[in-house]
This record gives sequence, structure tokens and C-alpha cells, in this order.
Amino acid sequence: MFFAQVAPDSIVTPDIAWTALVPHLVLAGGAILMLMVWSLAGRWLPRWLPSMVTAAVGLGAAIGSIHLWRRVTDADRGPFSAVADSVGIDGFSVFLTVVISLTVVFAALLADGYLRRERLDGPEYHVLLLLSAAGGVTMATANDLIVLFLGLEILSLAVYVLAGYHNRRAQSQEAAIKYFVLGAFSSAFLLYGIALTYGATGSTNLVDINAYLRSTVLVDDGLLLAGFALLLVGLGFKVSAVPFHTWTPDVYQGSPTPVVAFMASGVKAAGFAALLRVFVVTFGTYADDWKPILYALAVATLLVGAILAVVQNDVKRMLAYSSISHAGFMLIGVHAASADGTASVLYYLAVYSVLVIGSFAVVGVVSGTGDGATTVGDFAGLGARRPWLAFAFTVFLLAQAGVPLTTGFFAKFYAITAAVDGRSWALAIVAMLSAVIAAYLYLRIMIAMWLEGSDDDAPIRVPVGTVVVLGVAAAFTIGFGIFPEPIVDLARDATPALVNSP
Amino acid sequence: MEELVWLIPALPLLGFVLLVLGGRRLGEPGAGYLATTMVAGSFIATVLVFVGLLGKDAEERLFEQTLFEWIPAGDFSVDVGFLADPLSITMALFITGISSLIHLYAIAYMHGDKDFSKFFVYMNLFVFSMLMLVLGDNLLITFLGWEGVGTCSYLLISFWFTDEANATAGKKAFVTNRVGDWGFMVATLLAFFTFGSINYGEMFSGADGMATSTATAITLLLLVGAAGKSAQFPLYLWLPDAMAGPTPVSALIHAATMVTGGVYLLTRVNPIIAEASSVAPDVIAWIGLFTALFAASIAVAQADIKKVLAYSTVSQLGFMFVAVGSGVYVAAIFHMVTHAFFKALLFLGAGSVIHGMDDEQDMEYYGGLRKFMPITAATMVVGWLAIAGVPPFSGFWSKDEILLGAYENNVVAWVLLLIAAILTAFYMSRLIFLTFFGERRWSDGDPEAHAAADEPVADDGARSFHPHEPSPLMWVPLVVLAGLALLGGLLNLPFTGDTKILEQWLEPSLFGNEHIATSGAAGKWTLAIMSIVAAVIGVIGAAAVYIRRRVDKSVVEQPILQDAWMVDDTVTSFMGGPGRKSFELVSWFDRTVIDGAVNGTAAVVRHGGLVLRRLQTGFVRSYAVGVGGGAVALLVYFLFRTTF
Amino acid sequence: MELTTTWYLVLGAIIFAIGASGLMIRRNPLVMFMCVELMLNAVNLTFVAFGRELDDLGGQVSVFFVLVVAAAEVVIGLAIIVAIMRHRSGATADDLSVLRG
Repeated sequence: MFFAQVAPDSIVTPDIAWTALVPHLVLAGGAILMLMVWSLAGRWLPRWLPSMVTAAVGLGAAIGSIHLWRRVTDADRGPFSAVADSVGIDGFSVFLTVVISLTVVFAALLADGYLRRERLDGPEYHVLLLLSAAGGVTMATANDLIVLFLGLEILSLAVYVLAGYHNRRAQSQEAAIKYFVLGAFSSAFLLYGIALTYGATGSTNLVDINAYLRSTVLVDDGLLLAGFALLLVGLGFKVSAVPFHTWTPDVYQGSPTPVVAFMASGVKAAGFAALLRVFVVTFGTYADDWKPILYALAVATLLVGAILAVVQNDVKRMLAYSSISHAGFMLIGVHAASADGTASVLYYLAVYSVLVIGSFAVVGVVSGTGDGATTVGDFAGLGARRPWLAFAFTVFLLAQAGVPLTTGFFAKFYAITAAVDGRSWALAIVAMLSAVIAAYLYLRIMIAMWLEGSDDDAPIRVPVGTVVVLGVAAAFTIGFGIFPEPIVDLARDATPALVNSP
Repeated sequence: MEELVWLIPALPLLGFVLLVLGGRRLGEPGAGYLATTMVAGSFIATVLVFVGLLGKDAEERLFEQTLFEWIPAGDFSVDVGFLADPLSITMALFITGISSLIHLYAIAYMHGDKDFSKFFVYMNLFVFSMLMLVLGDNLLITFLGWEGVGTCSYLLISFWFTDEANATAGKKAFVTNRVGDWGFMVATLLAFFTFGSINYGEMFSGADGMATSTATAITLLLLVGAAGKSAQFPLYLWLPDAMAGPTPVSALIHAATMVTGGVYLLTRVNPIIAEASSVAPDVIAWIGLFTALFAASIAVAQADIKKVLAYSTVSQLGFMFVAVGSGVYVAAIFHMVTHAFFKALLFLGAGSVIHGMDDEQDMEYYGGLRKFMPITAATMVVGWLAIAGVPPFSGFWSKDEILLGAYENNVVAWVLLLIAAILTAFYMSRLIFLTFFGERRWSDGDPEAHAAADEPVADDGARSFHPHEPSPLMWVPLVVLAGLALLGGLLNLPFTGDTKILEQWLEPSLFGNEHIATSGAAGKWTLAIMSIVAAVIGVIGAAAVYIRRRVDKSVVEQPILQDAWMVDDTVTSFMGGPGRKSFELVSWFDRTVIDGAVNGTAAVVRHGGLVLRRLQTGFVRSYAVGVGGGAVALLVYFLFRTTF
Repeated sequence: MELTTTWYLVLGAIIFAIGASGLMIRRNPLVMFMCVELMLNAVNLTFVAFGRELDDLGGQVSVFFVLVVAAAEVVIGLAIIVAIMRHRSGATADDLSVLRG
């Protein structure tokens, strides 16, 4: 137990396994150090340095996770808990830690050119980015509902500010206030859900809750089920499940583009990490109770996202709605409540993160100074103006549409397989329907890029950082689309576990 | 030598990669020759594999080659592997052979195009995808090729994308094919859950005694996919529109490759169709039959030479579906091969005419061209006689086999198919007569020739044409194809068991599911004579209308040809003579019901989107109501599930 | 009449509901923040009540975490409001509705 009953006169502090916290410490420490260095010596440091440092810190966190991965996948040692059981290190959490850390690298590289173009450069963006990633990693590794809540708040508070980071743009500010109000609202629901779960099970620690629910038959499960409902509201909000999705299009459209890239990848990964760990792993014994709700959420999310995407004219908004429909695919994997289902979500998260970052990278450079040119018309003729940029975007769009030989195909394939394995035929069919509807939207952007002309010949500047991101993302998408095995194997090995400290 | 099977798709892939990297530097005509060499190399590899298989006993003619494990997913593993058996090698032979000729032809046809090398990039990718489709040893590899040909055709159709119509046609091809892909995808999943594998060999060994309902479902779903790719009713929509692309593309898609994919797939899964309830093959046959008649009737009234050929392809594919549905797979493949010969010939010939006539595709401007383009005329006449079903040209033999199969399956189907055969002979004769015979309806700018014409020229005299024979690069493939169209029947002459070469060759791939004709010699002769009579009726009918002018052509052609897409005219002429009515009905149905259904679905989605969109008001408080309402709904649900 | 834990839980639920409905009804961003605070404090009450009922210190310790988070939330929220008010003073939540559809 995290908050063990102790006698008042002898406070026992828990042992801290520092090695288990390397990614957390690297990210948070990097943020604090950066803030300090730049406030002392910022004026003498070059403008490109913050983004390089951030990328290095993100990469460091990912590399720092390797030894954890070795340890948890080692048959003799296996997964473990640390810091009085409040942090769970298993394949699942390490996998997501790496995903989140790498999204930081990408978001930092994208931000460099963007912030300088918009005259917003400085260390603040990067500090906030690192802090929110630290929160995301905390969420992914949380083994205790309170730690989960703290992680979620650290993540969210930083992202609220990032959403409004473009302080001269009214839309960015509107996005920030909307995201903040609704985010705070939904995290209150989440917290209430935690309180009710605590009341029903007597603990906030997931290991203990799980053990309690396995061993005890609750006479009155009203409190627990009400807790489920409220937890689902809070986590559903983070992953943009319909009907808790309403913030997504407005915030994605208004926020600075590199921030959106991070929101759609890193933040979403953290949200699904929590959803899987809490519902599939901890409340697995109550799957019969929550599965119908996730079924309904998945169906609504798949359809609403795809249908609303089709009627949009703003590419950022389109991608926002399409990200909602992608969340629907991941919810299918959650609904399956099986090892294969979990692996399908992890695989989906990993490949979708790359796709969505790549997509928003393109949007970020096409939108031009002021970040305003994001309608479909602004993409007309991109194929003629910047063929490689258009090609990269085409790759990402095709992958999002689930075309074979791209990673997106396998993502959808495994999600649907998970549904079919669980005999949820109707869900599988809805998923395919959603994919068909959404295909139209990707096609529309591609047609604008390749088949429509444009008289706009303003030069599109593609900063070096963005080139790197686009190159890596496109190579990843095609390369692992042809040889998916490595990522699939990693996702399969990344099994969640609930164990106490040794 | 069958170990070389991997080379067959690898060579076009190599060509594709080389052209992507250095195509622009190679330029014209280097890029074209490189692409042609790769496809020709692939043809040679296919021949080597063919020889290798031929050297074995019939029952050992099956070679599987696994390159690597592709999708690892627990018990669901998919390999990248190839299956060389008589069926796939037959397909690969004519795909690579005809594609080589078309590539050669395209070098001259695309002369001067600014995207010359890009065109061949797409062409090589297209051939590669098609070979993956045919040679894949499991459903997923086939599906991959399936998607590949879909994407490439989309790219090639909209190749000249400055033209609005081309872009629309490309879109239509993409969307219609997605519908078919959906059927294929669901069928693949269902097959996996039934057999635990999607490898053809493992599937077929498990097919014996499987549940009839599952087999029926898989068959029908694959039929949806096949109908999409092979342009069967109601998914044929894209094919006539796909005429917007360059003519070599039309030849490649309509003759040799993409459209045959559906027929191939259904033939490939014959052990599953054999287990399905008899409804499934009947559905296949009737869809084919309806498509054959429907498309043939439209082809009668088209003015655009490529449109006639496009609807003719749809109709001929209908014949093949009837063959598959009647269980005469050999006839289906036989017709596919002969059709590939003569349809490639006709398309390339049409391309040569269009080329010579200053890109004019309207047959109203043709006439009497045989004197100006003798080689094109002669080769196209061969193609015409072949498709019309005149012995001894290849089309007669294969069509006769299908008619025999249909007759033994269902006499009504045979009668209807015979009508479709009459229409085929009619519209093809019309095309030939309008183009190469009769008086010239074009002007070469020489006033004397103008005055010598019997009738005033159709155009306003402002345009002048100078028809000429194309370069050897273009007419050599025509001559080769004409030879094949003439002699293709030798593959499977029905006289004795020994002359049925194709039937013996394909036997191992059909697992004894081929329907063996039961009619006696007299019955067969009667049927053959009937089909010759049908061809002759069609030709004479067309001659009566277009050469002797015994009947006015407006009786058979809709007047809306001039304003083909004006709905006003449709309504007006619908009230006209009863002879037109049937054709107009077909055209009305096409425009209203079919296009309406496609557009309707899109409209429903769009409308739903617009309604849902109103919920996204932009007011943060209303979003909070959404979240709060969702929370209440979840709470209510869970409270109903509590145990107390 | 003895005040059992249930009373505290019901009170917490009522306050939470008041906070939630206030956020949906009020247009002043500051009042909306206060409503969020109300909701968080309702949860605090619930935590404490459960902690007492279960005789577990965890419930009460959680409250400290929540308080810190609530304070941080207010800081961020006020900062965002100030940034907005600089450009358009007196804006209500409903005035910020450019992004929609």
C-alpha cells in the first residue's frame, strides 16, 4: 500500500528504486535543468539549442528504458513494482514510455522551425513539453490511482498551456481555455471515480484492488460500478472517445501544430495506457460489466469521428476527427479485454503516433506564417509545388486509410482481428465501415494535393528538423509496413502485469 | 526451373525501383525500353517456369515458394510466398506476354508526353501488382496485389490529370473498387476463422466437408470483390469511365490484367464454391448473364470508339462469370485468354486509329479509313471476327465452350447469352463498319475530296484530318496480337480429348470441380451451329444498318448520343419510338438508380455529418453538457447493473 | 440523529453535482473555475469520509495531493484567462466560439 498505516512516531519512507525511475527522472530533470540554465544564461545560448536539448533528453529517456525492457522481459526477473508499489514496471509500461519519449523527440524537432517562424522561440515550450511527457510516463507506469491522477494532471496542465502557446493567435487562446475548462471538468469526474473505487475496495493501489476484487465477492457493487462510470468519463475524455470528444476538433484546430502532433500521439498514448491498465488489467474480473459500455463508446467513436471528418474543410479539423475515429479502433482493442487486444492497442498507438506526427508536420509547414492556411484549398497543388512533401503526406494519409504495405494496414488489421476473436462481429463490421467512410476524407486531401491546381506560388519553407521528422516517419511507415514483424513482436512482448515489490 | 518463380514479379518490381530512382534521367525513350525489357524478362521467366512444370507429371505440377514469414500473429501467420501451378502460370504467361507488347506499343504512343518516364513507373508497378495477385500463395498476398492494381489503375486513369473528367474517372475507379475490397477483406477473415489459415493449399485441403453456409458466405463475399475488380453489375461503373486514361492503359486494364483478377479469384477458390450451396454459383452465373446483356445493349449505342470497347469488355467479362457459375472453369480461363488477345488487339488498334485521327474518338468522324491505315484495319478486322465469334477465329471456340456450359446448366441462360452474343457481333461490326468502311465523314482539308464524298462531312469543315499508319513500334504489336487472336483457339479445340490442351493442363488446379459436358456430339454440333448463326445474324444486321442502310441507324442508336449526358434529352426521347425504349431504359437505370445509389450513400453520410456538426456549437458550456450527459448516461447504465 | 458516513458521501455528491451543473450554466470563466474547485473539494470530502470509514490513512493523504493539484490548476487557469482578457476584456465563455462545426 502506498499510504500504509503507520504509527505517528515512526515515519517509514519507502525504498526508492532509482533505476526504475530513469525515464521519469530524465524527462522531469531535463525540464527543470533547462528552465534553470536558460533563465540564467539564456541570452548567450543559440536559438536552435532548446529543441536539440529536448530531443536529446527525449532520446535519453527512451534509451534509459532499454535496461528496464531487458529486465522485465528476462524470464528470471520479470516485471516489478517500485516506490512502495506505486510505480509498475512491466513490458507494457516500458513500451509506452518509449513511445511517449520518442513523441517528445519528434515534437521538439518539429517545434524548432515552427517556433522561430512564429517568433515564439525560447525554452518555455520545450520545458512544458518535457514536463507533460514526464506526466505521461508517470501515467503509463502508475500502479496507483492517485499516482495516475497526478501523472494525468502533470501531463494535462502543461498541455493546457501549450495549447495556448501561440499567444497572438485568438484561436490558440480559445483552444487553451476550452481545453482547460473541459479538462479540469473531466479530471474532477476521474477523481471522483477514484474516490468511489477507493471507498468500494479500500485501496487506491491497483495491485491491491485487483487482489481484493479477485478474492472478494462484493455484496453491493454499486459504489464500484459508479466508480467505473466516472473513471471512464475521465479517461474517455483523454482519449477523445465519443461523447467526450467535443474538445478535440476545436483544440486541435486552434493549438500550435507541433503541440497538436504531441497531443494526438503522446497524450493519447498516456490516456490509453491508463485505460488499459485500469480497466483491462485491474478490473478484468468485472469485464462483463464494463465491456458493453466500451462497445457502445467504440461504435460511437468510430462512426462519429469518420462521419464528421468527411464534412470538414479545414485539414487540421479533419485530422482531429480522423484521430477520433482512430481512437475508436484502439477502443476495439480495449473492449476485447484480451492479451491480443492489448497488443493491438499498443501496436496501433506506436504506428499511429508516427503517422499523426508526420501528418501534422506537413500541416505545420504548409500552414505558413501565422499558422492559418490549413483549409483543403491551401493544400491544392502541393504535389507540383513541393512533390516530396506531398509524397510524404500521401504516405501518411494512405497509411491512415489502412492501405496495405503501410503500418496503418496492420494496425487496423490487428484491431479488427481482436474484435473478431472476441466474436464481436458487429463491431468489426462497424470498424470497416468507418474505415471506408474515412477513406473518402484522405482521398479528398490527396486529390487536392495531386490533381488540383493552385495559383499560390508562395514558397513553402521546410525546416531541417521537419525534414528529419518526415523522413524518419515515412521510412518507418513504409518499412514496417512491409516488414511489420519487429514492432508486432515488441507489442506482443509488452504484456501488462500487476505485481508487488519483491 | 520452377524455382525461378520469384523472378516473375521481381523483375517488374526492379524496373519500378530503377525508374523511380533514375527514370527522369533516362528520359525518352530509355525509360520505356527499360520498362519493356523488365516485363519481357518477366515473360521469359514465366516461360521457364512453365517449361519446368511441363516437365513434371500432371499431379506434381504444383510448386510453392516461401520467401519469408510476413505477418506473425500467434496462430495466424502469413508468409510471403508464391504458388506456381497450371492456373497461376497460365495467367502469368498471358499477363506478362501481352503486357510486354503493350509496353512496346506505349513507347511510341506516349511519345512526347512530358511525364513519359512516370507513365512507365506506373506501368511496371501495375504489372508487378497483377503478378502478385496471380502468383500469391495465400489470400492476403492476392489481396495485396488486388489493392496494388486498384491503386495503379487509379493513378494511370487519372494520368492526364489536368483534365477534370480524368480526375473524376480516377476517383470513381477508386471508390467502386473499395466496395469490392470490402467483400474481399471480410471473406479473408471468414476464411481464416474457418480454416485457420489463408494459404490456398491449406484452405483447400480443409474445404472438403466444410459447412455449406460458410462456404456460401465466403463465395458470395469473394463475388462482391470479384465483381468490383472484374466490373460486374452493379460495380461495373468505373470501367467505362476509366476510358479517360491513355489508350495503352485501357488495353492493359481491360484486356490483360486488372479485370481478369475477379475471374481468376473465383476460379482459384473453386473447391470452396464446390462446397457452397447451389445458390452461390447461380448468383455468379446470373450476375454475369445480366451484365453480359446489359453492357452489350449499351455498347450498341455508343459513339466513342473506346466506350464501345469498354462496354464490350464488361459484357465479355459477364460471359466469363457465366462460365464460372456454370462450373466450366476451363471455358472461363480459355475465354479470358482469347479475350486478352483480341481485346488488347482491338484497344491498341483503336489507339492507333485515335492516334492517326488527331485524338478524335468519335466514330462519327471516321469512315473509310481502311485505305489510309491498311495494317490497323486488317488487324482490327481479325480482332472483330474473333470477338464476334466467327470460326475459326479464337473467340468462336471459347465462346462456344461457355455457351455449351450455360446450355447444360440452364437453357434460359443459354438463350439469353445467345442474344448477348448476337449483340456482341452487332456492335463490333458497327464499330468496324463505321471506322474502316463506308464513306469518309472527315475532311483532309482538300476541297476536291470533300466534294467527292457522297454525303456532307459530319464536321463543320474547320477541322482536317490526315489519317496515317503509325510507326512500326505500334503496328508490330498489333500484328503479333492479330496472329494470336487468329490462332488462340488452338489452345482448346473441342474435337477430341487430345485437342483439349488447356483442359488437360488446368486439371490439377481444378480438383475435379470442372463440369464435364454431357451433351452428345449431335447436341454439341447443333449448339456450335447456333452460335455461328448468332454471330452471322449480328454481322448481317450491322451490315444492313451501317453499310446497306436498309434500316435507319436511329432505330438502334439512341438519339441522346449527341448530348449523351443531357437528362432533358433522355426524358424527351424516352417518349419517342418504342424501338429505342429498351436502350433508353438501360441508360436511365444506369444514371438514376446506380449512380443514385452510389451518390445516395455518400449523401446520407454527408447529411449525417451536417446534422452532427450542429452539435459542435463552439460553446464550451455545451461541450461540458456533452461530457456531463455522457457521465450521467454511464452512471445510469452501471446502476442498472448493480447487484442489489 | 447520528451522522453516518453516508451523510458525508451524499453531501459530497450534492456538492459535486452543484459544481458540475454550475460549470454548465455559468458563463463567467472565473465562476466556472470556482465550480471546478467545488467539484474537487466535494471529492476531497468523499475521500476523507471513506478514509474514516475504512480506518485508512490513504484517503486523507490523497486530499493533500488533490489540494496541490487544485492549486496548480487555478494558477494555470488564471494565467490563461489573463492572457485572453489582455486581448478582449470582459469576454465570457460564450464569446470564445470561433472554433466550431
